[in-house]
Amino acid sequence: MTDRLNRIGVAQLGFIRRTGRWAADAWRALGLPRIWAPQVIPQMRRLGVDSIPIALFLAVFTGIVLALLASYIFTGAVPLYFVGALVAKTIMMELGPVLTGMALAGRVGANIAAELGTMKVTEQVDALETLAVDVHAYLVVPRTIAATVMFPVVTAMAIAVGVVSGWITATNLLDLSTQEFFKGVRQFYQFKDAWFGLVKSASFGCAIAIMGSLTGLRTQGGAEGVGRSTTRAVVLGCEAILVLDAFWALVLL
Amino acid sequence: MIRFTDVSKSFGAKRVLDHFSLEIPTGQTTVLLGYSGTGKSVALKHIVGLLEPDEGIVEVDGQIVPELSRDDLVRLRSSIGYVFQFAALFDSLSVFDNVALGLRQQRRSEADVAARVAASLERVGLADQGDRFPSELSGGMRKRVGIARAIALEPRYILYDEPTTGLDPVTSAVIDELMVRTKRDLGVTGVVVTHDMRSAFAVADRIAMLYQGRVHAVGTVDEIRRTDDPVVRQFIEGRP
Ligand SMILES: Nc1ncnc2c1ncn2[C@@H]1O[C@H](COP(=O)(O)OP(=O)(O)OP(=O)(O)O)[C@@H](O)[C@H]1O
Ligand SMILES: [Mg+2]
Repeated sequence: MTDRLNRIGVAQLGFIRRTGRWAADAWRALGLPRIWAPQVIPQMRRLGVDSIPIALFLAVFTGIVLALLASYIFTGAVPLYFVGALVAKTIMMELGPVLTGMALAGRVGANIAAELGTMKVTEQVDALETLAVDVHAYLVVPRTIAATVMFPVVTAMAIAVGVVSGWITATNLLDLSTQEFFKGVRQFYQFKDAWFGLVKSASFGCAIAIMGSLTGLRTQGGAEGVGRSTTRAVVLGCEAILVLDAFWALVLL
Repeated sequence: MIRFTDVSKSFGAKRVLDHFSLEIPTGQTTVLLGYSGTGKSVALKHIVGLLEPDEGIVEVDGQIVPELSRDDLVRLRSSIGYVFQFAALFDSLSVFDNVALGLRQQRRSEADVAARVAASLERVGLADQGDRFPSELSGGMRKRVGIARAIALEPRYILYDEPTTGLDPVTSAVIDELMVRTKRDLGVTGVVVTHDMRSAFAVADRIAMLYQGRVHAVGTVDEIRRTDDPVVRQFIEGRP
Protein backbone atom coordinates (compact mmCIF):
# COMPACT_ATOMS: atom_id res chain seq x y z
CA MET A 1 0.00 0.00 0.00
CA THR A 2 2.60 2.56 1.05
CA ASP A 3 4.68 1.19 -1.78
CA ARG A 4 1.94 1.99 -4.25
CA LEU A 5 1.42 5.46 -2.76
CA ASN A 6 5.14 6.00 -3.01
CA ARG A 7 5.12 5.06 -6.63
CA ILE A 8 2.27 7.45 -7.41
CA GLY A 9 4.10 10.13 -5.45
CA VAL A 10 7.27 9.53 -7.45
CA ALA A 11 5.42 9.63 -10.75
CA GLN A 12 3.74 12.85 -9.73
CA LEU A 13 7.01 14.40 -8.63
CA GLY A 14 8.45 13.49 -12.01
CA PHE A 15 5.53 15.13 -13.75
CA ILE A 16 5.79 18.28 -11.64
CA ARG A 17 9.53 18.47 -12.16
CA ARG A 18 9.14 18.04 -15.92
CA THR A 19 6.45 20.69 -16.13
CA GLY A 20 8.53 23.03 -14.00
CA ARG A 21 11.61 22.53 -16.10
CA TRP A 22 9.58 23.00 -19.24
CA ALA A 23 8.14 26.25 -17.94
CA ALA A 24 11.64 27.46 -17.06
CA ASP A 25 12.90 26.54 -20.53
CA ALA A 26 10.00 28.35 -22.17
CA TRP A 27 10.56 31.43 -20.04
CA ARG A 28 14.24 31.55 -20.93
CA ALA A 29 13.42 31.01 -24.59
CA LEU A 30 11.06 34.01 -24.61
CA GLY A 31 14.06 36.13 -23.72
CA LEU A 32 15.80 35.20 -26.97
CA PRO A 33 13.77 37.11 -29.59
CA ARG A 34 16.86 37.14 -31.83
CA ILE A 35 16.23 33.45 -32.44
CA TRP A 36 12.44 33.24 -32.59
CA ALA A 37 11.41 36.58 -34.06
CA PRO A 38 12.47 35.92 -37.67
CA GLN A 39 10.32 32.80 -37.74
CA VAL A 40 7.06 34.16 -36.41
CA ILE A 41 5.75 35.54 -39.72
CA PRO A 42 6.43 32.39 -41.77
CA GLN A 43 4.80 30.30 -39.03
CA MET A 44 1.80 32.63 -38.96
CA ARG A 45 1.39 32.07 -42.64
CA ARG A 46 1.79 28.32 -42.38
CA LEU A 47 -0.31 27.71 -39.29
CA GLY A 48 -2.85 30.50 -39.72
CA VAL A 49 -3.40 31.55 -43.29
CA ASP A 50 -3.34 28.00 -44.60
CA SER A 51 -6.05 27.06 -42.10
CA ILE A 52 -8.54 29.66 -43.30
CA PRO A 53 -10.32 27.49 -45.92
CA ILE A 54 -11.23 24.70 -43.51
CA ALA A 55 -12.37 27.19 -40.87
CA LEU A 56 -14.61 29.05 -43.32
CA PHE A 57 -16.01 25.83 -44.70
CA LEU A 58 -17.11 24.84 -41.21
CA ALA A 59 -18.53 28.30 -40.54
CA VAL A 60 -20.77 28.28 -43.60
CA PHE A 61 -22.50 25.09 -42.51
CA THR A 62 -22.70 26.12 -38.88
CA GLY A 63 -24.54 29.29 -39.95
CA ILE A 64 -27.05 27.37 -42.06
CA VAL A 65 -27.80 24.80 -39.38
CA LEU A 66 -28.12 27.38 -36.61
CA ALA A 67 -30.61 29.49 -38.57
CA LEU A 68 -32.78 26.49 -39.35
CA LEU A 69 -32.49 25.15 -35.84
CA ALA A 70 -33.44 28.47 -34.28
CA SER A 71 -36.56 28.84 -36.38
CA TYR A 72 -37.52 25.24 -35.58
CA ILE A 73 -37.08 25.77 -31.83
CA PHE A 74 -38.96 29.07 -31.79
CA THR A 75 -41.95 27.68 -33.80
CA GLY A 76 -44.01 30.85 -33.60
CA ALA A 77 -43.81 31.14 -29.82
CA VAL A 78 -40.95 33.58 -30.05
CA PRO A 79 -40.77 36.39 -32.65
CA LEU A 80 -38.79 35.12 -35.62
CA TYR A 81 -36.30 37.96 -35.56
CA PHE A 82 -34.76 36.25 -32.52
CA VAL A 83 -33.17 33.91 -35.07
CA GLY A 84 -30.68 36.67 -35.80
CA ALA A 85 -29.81 37.02 -32.13
CA LEU A 86 -29.36 33.31 -31.59
CA VAL A 87 -27.24 32.78 -34.69
CA ALA A 88 -24.96 35.73 -33.99
CA LYS A 89 -24.54 35.11 -30.27
CA THR A 90 -23.86 31.39 -30.41
CA ILE A 91 -21.48 31.72 -33.33
CA MET A 92 -19.57 34.59 -31.76
CA MET A 93 -19.35 33.23 -28.27
CA GLU A 94 -19.21 29.49 -28.64
CA LEU A 95 -19.43 27.74 -31.96
CA GLY A 96 -17.07 30.01 -33.88
CA PRO A 97 -14.17 29.69 -31.44
CA VAL A 98 -14.73 26.06 -30.45
CA LEU A 99 -15.40 24.57 -33.88
CA THR A 100 -12.57 26.55 -35.44
CA GLY A 101 -10.38 25.48 -32.54
CA MET A 102 -11.24 21.81 -33.02
CA ALA A 103 -10.61 21.98 -36.75
CA LEU A 104 -7.28 23.70 -36.20
CA ALA A 105 -6.36 21.26 -33.42
CA GLY A 106 -6.44 18.68 -36.18
CA ARG A 107 -4.53 20.77 -38.65
CA VAL A 108 -2.15 22.87 -36.58
CA GLY A 109 -1.58 20.52 -33.65
CA ALA A 110 -0.94 17.57 -35.93
CA ASN A 111 1.29 19.63 -38.18
CA ILE A 112 3.47 20.82 -35.31
CA ALA A 113 3.69 17.40 -33.65
CA ALA A 114 4.56 15.66 -36.93
CA GLU A 115 7.21 18.19 -37.87
CA LEU A 116 8.91 18.35 -34.48
CA GLY A 117 8.50 14.59 -34.02
CA THR A 118 10.25 13.92 -37.32
CA MET A 119 13.01 16.30 -36.32
CA LYS A 120 13.35 14.45 -33.03
CA VAL A 121 13.62 10.95 -34.47
CA THR A 122 16.00 12.02 -37.25
CA GLU A 123 18.27 13.61 -34.61
CA GLN A 124 17.73 17.13 -35.96
CA VAL A 125 16.75 18.21 -32.46
CA ASP A 126 19.99 16.74 -31.11
CA ALA A 127 21.83 18.55 -33.88
CA LEU A 128 20.28 21.84 -32.80
CA GLU A 129 21.44 21.18 -29.26
CA THR A 130 25.00 20.43 -30.31
CA LEU A 131 25.05 23.65 -32.34
CA ALA A 132 24.08 25.39 -29.09
CA VAL A 133 20.78 26.58 -30.58
CA ASP A 134 18.06 26.94 -27.95
CA VAL A 135 15.50 24.36 -29.07
CA HIS A 136 12.60 26.05 -27.32
CA ALA A 137 13.40 29.46 -28.73
CA TYR A 138 13.97 28.08 -32.21
CA LEU A 139 11.07 25.65 -32.49
CA VAL A 140 8.46 26.11 -29.78
CA VAL A 141 8.18 29.87 -29.22
CA PRO A 142 7.59 30.99 -32.84
CA ARG A 143 4.89 28.36 -33.33
CA THR A 144 3.18 29.22 -30.07
CA ILE A 145 3.17 32.95 -30.77
CA ALA A 146 1.98 32.40 -34.33
CA ALA A 147 -0.90 30.18 -33.22
CA THR A 148 -1.91 32.52 -30.39
CA VAL A 149 -2.06 35.47 -32.77
CA MET A 150 -3.60 33.70 -35.75
CA PHE A 151 -6.36 31.70 -34.06
CA PRO A 152 -8.39 34.84 -33.20
CA VAL A 153 -7.86 36.15 -36.73
CA VAL A 154 -9.11 32.96 -38.33
CA THR A 155 -11.91 32.72 -35.77
CA ALA A 156 -13.03 36.30 -36.48
CA MET A 157 -13.29 35.44 -40.16
CA ALA A 158 -15.20 32.29 -39.35
CA ILE A 159 -17.62 34.26 -37.18
CA ALA A 160 -18.25 36.79 -39.94
CA VAL A 161 -18.81 34.08 -42.50
CA GLY A 162 -21.03 32.09 -40.14
CA VAL A 163 -23.29 35.06 -39.43
CA VAL A 164 -23.53 35.92 -43.11
CA SER A 165 -24.38 32.33 -43.95
CA GLY A 166 -27.05 32.35 -41.22
CA TRP A 167 -28.47 35.56 -42.67
CA ILE A 168 -28.57 34.17 -46.21
CA THR A 169 -30.31 31.05 -44.93
CA ALA A 170 -32.81 33.07 -42.90
CA THR A 171 -33.77 35.37 -45.75
CA ASN A 172 -34.00 32.62 -48.34
CA LEU A 173 -35.39 29.63 -46.50
CA LEU A 174 -37.25 31.27 -43.61
CA ASP A 175 -39.84 34.01 -43.68
CA LEU A 176 -37.42 36.62 -42.46
CA SER A 177 -36.33 39.91 -43.95
CA THR A 178 -32.83 41.29 -43.79
CA GLN A 179 -34.00 44.11 -41.49
CA GLU A 180 -35.58 41.69 -39.07
CA PHE A 181 -32.55 39.42 -38.99
CA PHE A 182 -30.17 42.26 -38.18
CA LYS A 183 -32.65 43.77 -35.73
CA GLY A 184 -32.24 40.55 -33.75
CA VAL A 185 -28.46 40.63 -34.12
CA ARG A 186 -28.23 44.25 -32.92
CA GLN A 187 -30.73 44.07 -30.11
CA PHE A 188 -28.84 41.48 -28.12
CA TYR A 189 -25.29 42.22 -29.20
CA GLN A 190 -22.87 43.23 -26.49
CA PHE A 191 -19.26 44.18 -27.08
CA LYS A 192 -18.27 41.45 -24.63
CA ASP A 193 -19.63 38.76 -26.98
CA ALA A 194 -17.00 39.56 -29.54
CA TRP A 195 -13.95 39.74 -27.33
CA PHE A 196 -15.06 36.77 -25.23
CA GLY A 197 -14.91 34.60 -28.34
CA LEU A 198 -11.61 36.00 -29.50
CA VAL A 199 -9.89 35.69 -26.10
CA LYS A 200 -11.02 32.09 -25.98
CA SER A 201 -9.66 31.35 -29.41
CA ALA A 202 -6.29 32.92 -28.54
CA SER A 203 -6.03 30.61 -25.56
CA PHE A 204 -6.97 27.63 -27.75
CA GLY A 205 -4.22 28.52 -30.21
CA CYS A 206 -1.66 28.79 -27.45
CA ALA A 207 -2.70 25.47 -25.89
CA ILE A 208 -2.74 23.60 -29.20
CA ALA A 209 0.73 24.83 -30.17
CA ILE A 210 2.14 23.90 -26.77
CA MET A 211 0.55 20.42 -26.82
CA GLY A 212 1.82 19.85 -30.37
CA SER A 213 5.34 20.97 -29.48
CA LEU A 214 5.52 18.98 -26.25
CA THR A 215 4.34 15.72 -27.77
CA GLY A 216 6.48 16.32 -30.86
CA LEU A 217 9.67 16.88 -28.88
CA ARG A 218 9.01 13.83 -26.72
CA THR A 219 8.61 11.51 -29.72
CA GLN A 220 10.46 8.22 -29.59
CA GLY A 221 10.89 5.41 -32.06
CA GLY A 222 10.81 6.22 -35.74
CA ALA A 223 7.88 6.80 -38.07
CA GLU A 224 5.53 4.87 -35.81
CA GLY A 225 6.44 7.15 -32.93
CA VAL A 226 5.72 10.20 -35.05
CA GLY A 227 2.28 8.79 -35.85
CA ARG A 228 1.61 8.20 -32.15
CA SER A 229 2.70 11.71 -31.23
CA THR A 230 0.52 13.25 -33.91
CA THR A 231 -2.60 11.48 -32.71
CA ARG A 232 -1.78 12.33 -29.13
CA ALA A 233 -1.29 16.00 -29.97
CA VAL A 234 -4.73 16.20 -31.59
CA VAL A 235 -6.44 14.44 -28.69
CA LEU A 236 -4.68 16.58 -26.08
CA GLY A 237 -5.43 19.71 -28.11
CA CYS A 238 -9.15 18.95 -28.26
CA GLU A 239 -9.23 18.15 -24.54
CA ALA A 240 -7.45 21.41 -23.79
CA ILE A 241 -10.05 23.29 -25.83
CA LEU A 242 -12.93 21.79 -23.87
CA VAL A 243 -11.30 22.48 -20.51
CA LEU A 244 -10.39 26.04 -21.46
CA ASP A 245 -13.86 26.62 -22.85
CA ALA A 246 -15.43 25.71 -19.51
CA PHE A 247 -12.78 27.72 -17.68
CA TRP A 248 -13.51 30.93 -19.60
CA ALA A 249 -17.25 30.45 -19.19
CA LEU A 250 -16.76 30.22 -15.42
CA VAL A 251 -14.37 33.16 -15.23
CA LEU A 252 -15.77 35.63 -17.72
CA LEU A 253 -19.52 35.10 -17.94
CA MET B 1 41.16 15.68 -23.25
CA ILE B 2 37.96 13.71 -23.06
CA ARG B 3 37.74 11.09 -20.33
CA PHE B 4 35.16 8.43 -19.55
CA THR B 5 35.56 6.87 -16.11
CA ASP B 6 33.50 3.79 -15.27
CA VAL B 7 30.51 5.03 -17.22
CA SER B 8 27.39 2.88 -17.22
CA LYS B 9 24.24 3.58 -19.18
CA SER B 10 21.09 1.50 -19.52
CA PHE B 11 17.94 1.92 -21.57
CA GLY B 12 15.21 0.11 -19.67
CA ALA B 13 16.62 -3.29 -18.77
CA LYS B 14 19.27 -3.14 -21.48
CA ARG B 15 22.72 -2.18 -20.23
CA VAL B 16 24.50 -0.55 -23.14
CA LEU B 17 27.63 0.87 -21.50
CA ASP B 18 28.96 -1.19 -18.61
CA HIS B 19 31.83 0.43 -16.71
CA PHE B 20 33.15 2.00 -19.89
CA SER B 21 36.47 3.82 -19.42
CA LEU B 22 38.43 5.59 -22.13
CA GLU B 23 40.81 8.54 -22.46
CA ILE B 24 40.84 10.56 -25.65
CA PRO B 25 44.03 12.61 -25.75
CA THR B 26 44.10 16.08 -27.27
CA GLY B 27 45.55 16.62 -30.73
CA GLN B 28 45.09 13.05 -31.91
CA THR B 29 42.42 11.11 -33.72
CA THR B 30 40.97 8.25 -31.73
CA VAL B 31 38.94 5.65 -33.58
CA LEU B 32 36.22 3.80 -31.71
CA LEU B 33 35.49 0.40 -33.24
CA GLY B 34 32.72 -1.97 -32.38
CA TYR B 35 29.91 -4.17 -33.59
CA SER B 36 26.61 -2.64 -34.57
CA GLY B 37 24.47 -1.83 -31.58
CA THR B 38 27.26 -1.97 -28.99
CA GLY B 39 26.75 1.66 -27.92
CA LYS B 40 29.27 3.66 -29.92
CA SER B 41 26.77 6.40 -30.75
CA VAL B 42 25.55 6.32 -27.16
CA ALA B 43 29.12 6.93 -25.95
CA LEU B 44 29.56 9.91 -28.31
CA LYS B 45 26.31 11.49 -27.13
CA HIS B 46 27.60 11.52 -23.57
CA ILE B 47 30.45 13.80 -24.61
CA VAL B 48 28.12 16.64 -25.59
CA GLY B 49 25.58 15.98 -22.85
CA LEU B 50 22.82 14.68 -25.12
CA LEU B 51 22.75 11.67 -22.80
CA GLU B 52 23.71 11.53 -19.15
CA PRO B 53 25.42 8.52 -17.56
CA ASP B 54 23.60 6.45 -14.94
CA GLU B 55 26.91 6.01 -13.16
CA GLY B 56 30.46 7.17 -13.72
CA ILE B 57 32.05 10.38 -14.91
CA VAL B 58 32.30 11.99 -18.33
CA GLU B 59 34.82 14.84 -18.46
CA VAL B 60 35.86 17.21 -21.21
CA ASP B 61 38.88 19.39 -20.42
CA GLY B 62 38.39 18.63 -16.74
CA GLN B 63 34.74 19.73 -16.70
CA ILE B 64 32.20 17.10 -15.68
CA VAL B 65 29.63 17.30 -18.48
CA PRO B 66 26.35 16.45 -16.67
CA GLU B 67 27.16 18.89 -13.89
CA LEU B 68 27.66 21.90 -16.16
CA SER B 69 25.31 24.85 -15.89
CA ARG B 70 23.25 25.62 -18.96
CA ASP B 71 25.60 28.42 -20.06
CA ASP B 72 28.73 26.34 -19.55
CA LEU B 73 27.17 23.49 -21.50
CA VAL B 74 26.39 25.87 -24.37
CA ARG B 75 30.01 27.04 -24.29
CA LEU B 76 31.31 23.48 -24.25
CA ARG B 77 29.05 22.49 -27.13
CA SER B 78 30.27 25.32 -29.29
CA SER B 79 33.79 23.91 -28.98
CA ILE B 80 32.68 20.44 -30.12
CA GLY B 81 31.52 19.61 -33.64
CA TYR B 82 29.22 16.62 -33.98
CA VAL B 83 28.80 14.78 -37.28
CA PHE B 84 25.68 12.65 -36.92
CA GLN B 85 25.46 9.10 -38.20
CA PHE B 86 22.62 9.96 -40.58
CA ALA B 87 23.79 13.56 -41.08
CA ALA B 88 20.71 15.02 -39.29
CA LEU B 89 20.57 17.97 -41.66
CA PHE B 90 17.71 20.42 -41.10
CA ASP B 91 15.47 19.59 -44.02
CA SER B 92 13.62 22.90 -44.00
CA LEU B 93 16.90 24.79 -44.54
CA SER B 94 19.16 25.03 -47.57
CA VAL B 95 22.68 23.61 -47.42
CA PHE B 96 24.01 27.13 -46.86
CA ASP B 97 21.63 27.81 -43.97
CA ASN B 98 22.37 24.41 -42.43
CA VAL B 99 26.03 25.34 -42.18
CA ALA B 100 25.25 28.95 -41.20
CA LEU B 101 22.85 28.16 -38.34
CA GLY B 102 25.48 27.52 -35.68
CA LEU B 103 27.53 30.53 -36.80
CA ARG B 104 24.54 32.85 -36.61
CA GLN B 105 24.11 31.84 -32.97
CA GLN B 106 27.46 33.44 -32.28
CA ARG B 107 26.29 36.90 -33.32
CA ARG B 108 28.71 37.19 -36.22
CA SER B 109 28.12 39.62 -39.07
CA GLU B 110 26.32 38.14 -42.05
CA ALA B 111 29.39 38.75 -44.23
CA ASP B 112 31.56 36.79 -41.82
CA VAL B 113 28.99 33.99 -41.73
CA ALA B 114 28.86 33.86 -45.53
CA ALA B 115 32.64 33.73 -45.79
CA ARG B 116 32.94 30.91 -43.28
CA VAL B 117 30.13 28.90 -44.82
CA ALA B 118 31.77 29.25 -48.23
CA ALA B 119 35.13 28.15 -46.81
CA SER B 120 33.60 25.12 -45.07
CA LEU B 121 31.66 24.01 -48.13
CA GLU B 122 34.79 24.46 -50.21
CA ARG B 123 36.67 22.22 -47.80
CA VAL B 124 34.21 19.36 -48.31
CA GLY B 125 34.03 19.94 -52.06
CA LEU B 126 30.48 21.29 -52.17
CA ALA B 127 31.24 24.94 -52.86
CA ASP B 128 28.51 25.30 -55.50
CA GLN B 129 25.76 23.40 -53.66
CA GLY B 130 24.74 26.01 -51.09
CA ASP B 131 21.31 26.68 -52.58
CA ARG B 132 20.15 23.08 -52.68
CA PHE B 133 18.03 21.40 -50.04
CA PRO B 134 19.02 18.24 -48.13
CA SER B 135 16.30 16.19 -49.84
CA GLU B 136 18.02 16.86 -53.18
CA LEU B 137 21.38 15.48 -52.07
CA SER B 138 22.87 11.98 -52.17
CA GLY B 139 23.83 10.22 -48.96
CA GLY B 140 27.51 11.01 -49.41
CA MET B 141 26.81 14.68 -50.06
CA ARG B 142 24.65 14.88 -46.95
CA LYS B 143 27.46 13.43 -44.86
CA ARG B 144 29.83 16.02 -46.27
CA VAL B 145 27.38 18.83 -45.49
CA GLY B 146 27.22 17.41 -41.96
CA ILE B 147 31.00 17.64 -41.75
CA ALA B 148 30.97 21.19 -43.15
CA ARG B 149 28.41 22.17 -40.52
CA ALA B 150 30.67 20.80 -37.78
CA ILE B 151 33.94 22.37 -38.99
CA ALA B 152 32.36 25.78 -39.72
CA LEU B 153 32.39 26.54 -36.00
CA GLU B 154 36.15 25.83 -35.83
CA PRO B 155 35.69 23.48 -32.91
CA ARG B 156 38.53 22.02 -30.88
CA TYR B 157 36.94 18.58 -31.01
CA ILE B 158 35.02 16.86 -33.77
CA LEU B 159 33.02 13.70 -33.16
CA TYR B 160 32.39 11.76 -36.36
CA ASP B 161 29.69 9.08 -36.14
CA GLU B 162 30.32 6.62 -38.97
CA PRO B 163 31.37 9.22 -41.52
CA THR B 164 32.08 6.69 -44.28
CA THR B 165 29.44 4.01 -43.74
CA GLY B 166 27.42 3.33 -46.85
CA LEU B 167 29.66 5.31 -49.20
CA ASP B 168 31.56 4.09 -52.24
CA PRO B 169 35.32 3.46 -51.72
CA VAL B 170 36.41 6.63 -53.48
CA THR B 171 34.04 8.93 -51.60
CA SER B 172 35.10 7.17 -48.38
CA ALA B 173 38.73 7.89 -49.18
CA VAL B 174 37.85 11.54 -49.85
CA ILE B 175 36.21 11.79 -46.44
CA ASP B 176 39.15 10.03 -44.75
CA GLU B 177 41.44 12.56 -46.30
CA LEU B 178 39.16 15.36 -45.22
CA MET B 179 39.35 14.14 -41.62
CA VAL B 180 43.13 13.90 -41.76
CA ARG B 181 43.42 17.40 -43.25
CA THR B 182 41.00 18.83 -40.70
CA LYS B 183 43.16 17.49 -37.90
CA ARG B 184 46.37 18.74 -39.52
CA ASP B 185 45.14 22.19 -40.66
CA LEU B 186 42.85 23.09 -37.79
CA GLY B 187 44.53 21.12 -35.01
CA VAL B 188 41.31 19.36 -34.17
CA THR B 189 41.05 16.43 -31.77
CA GLY B 190 38.95 13.80 -33.48
CA VAL B 191 36.83 10.91 -32.31
CA VAL B 192 35.77 8.66 -35.17
CA VAL B 193 33.21 5.91 -34.72
CA THR B 194 33.37 3.40 -37.52
CA HIS B 195 33.38 -0.24 -38.53
CA ASP B 196 35.14 0.50 -41.79
CA MET B 197 38.64 -0.88 -41.10
CA ARG B 198 40.26 0.81 -44.07
CA SER B 199 38.98 4.16 -42.87
CA ALA B 200 40.07 3.37 -39.31
CA PHE B 201 43.67 2.65 -40.31
CA ALA B 202 43.75 5.70 -42.58
CA VAL B 203 42.73 8.27 -39.97
CA ALA B 204 43.61 6.85 -36.56
CA ASP B 205 46.39 7.70 -34.18
CA ARG B 206 44.84 5.44 -31.58
CA ILE B 207 42.20 2.75 -31.85
CA ALA B 208 39.84 1.53 -29.13
CA MET B 209 37.47 -1.37 -29.47
CA LEU B 210 34.13 -1.29 -27.68
CA TYR B 211 32.89 -4.76 -26.85
CA GLN B 212 30.12 -5.83 -24.46
CA GLY B 213 29.73 -2.36 -23.01
CA ARG B 214 33.36 -1.65 -22.23
CA VAL B 215 36.68 -0.98 -23.92
CA HIS B 216 38.05 -4.37 -24.81
CA ALA B 217 41.34 -3.20 -26.29
CA VAL B 218 43.04 0.11 -26.92
CA GLY B 219 46.36 1.05 -28.52
CA THR B 220 48.18 2.73 -31.36
CA VAL B 221 47.39 1.69 -34.92
CA ASP B 222 50.43 -0.60 -34.99
CA GLU B 223 49.60 -2.20 -31.68
CA ILE B 224 46.08 -2.97 -32.83
CA ARG B 225 47.26 -4.23 -36.19
CA ARG B 226 49.67 -6.64 -34.50
CA THR B 227 47.51 -7.69 -31.57
CA ASP B 228 46.72 -11.35 -31.12
CA ASP B 229 43.57 -10.71 -29.11
CA PRO B 230 41.00 -12.98 -30.77
CA VAL B 231 38.06 -10.57 -30.51
CA VAL B 232 40.00 -7.73 -32.13
CA ARG B 233 41.54 -9.99 -34.78
CA GLN B 234 38.16 -11.35 -35.73
CA PHE B 235 36.74 -7.85 -36.04
CA ILE B 236 39.55 -6.32 -38.11
CA GLU B 237 39.79 -9.32 -40.39
CA GLY B 238 36.03 -9.46 -40.75
CA ARG B 239 35.78 -13.21 -40.10
CA PRO B 240 32.32 -14.60 -39.28
N1 LIG C 1 17.42 6.78 -26.98
C1 LIG C 1 17.47 5.44 -26.84
N2 LIG C 1 16.46 4.79 -26.24
C2 LIG C 1 16.48 3.46 -26.09
N3 LIG C 1 17.48 2.67 -26.51
C3 LIG C 1 18.52 3.24 -27.13
C4 LIG C 1 18.57 4.66 -27.33
N4 LIG C 1 19.72 4.96 -27.96
C5 LIG C 1 20.35 3.78 -28.14
N5 LIG C 1 19.66 2.74 -27.66
C6 LIG C 1 20.06 1.34 -27.65
O1 LIG C 1 21.42 1.29 -27.29
C7 LIG C 1 22.10 0.32 -28.05
C8 LIG C 1 23.34 0.92 -28.65
O2 LIG C 1 22.96 1.88 -29.62
P1 LIG C 1 24.00 2.71 -30.47
O3 LIG C 1 23.21 3.54 -31.39
O4 LIG C 1 24.95 3.39 -29.59
O5 LIG C 1 24.76 1.58 -31.28
P2 LIG C 1 26.01 1.76 -32.23
O6 LIG C 1 27.17 1.10 -31.59
O7 LIG C 1 26.15 3.19 -32.59
O8 LIG C 1 25.55 0.90 -33.46
P3 LIG C 1 25.65 1.24 -35.03
O9 LIG C 1 27.01 0.87 -35.45
O10 LIG C 1 24.63 0.34 -35.65
O11 LIG C 1 25.33 2.69 -35.19
C9 LIG C 1 21.12 -0.21 -29.06
O12 LIG C 1 20.70 -1.48 -28.63
C10 LIG C 1 19.98 0.75 -29.02
O13 LIG C 1 18.77 0.06 -29.21
MG1 LIG D 1 25.70 4.36 -34.16
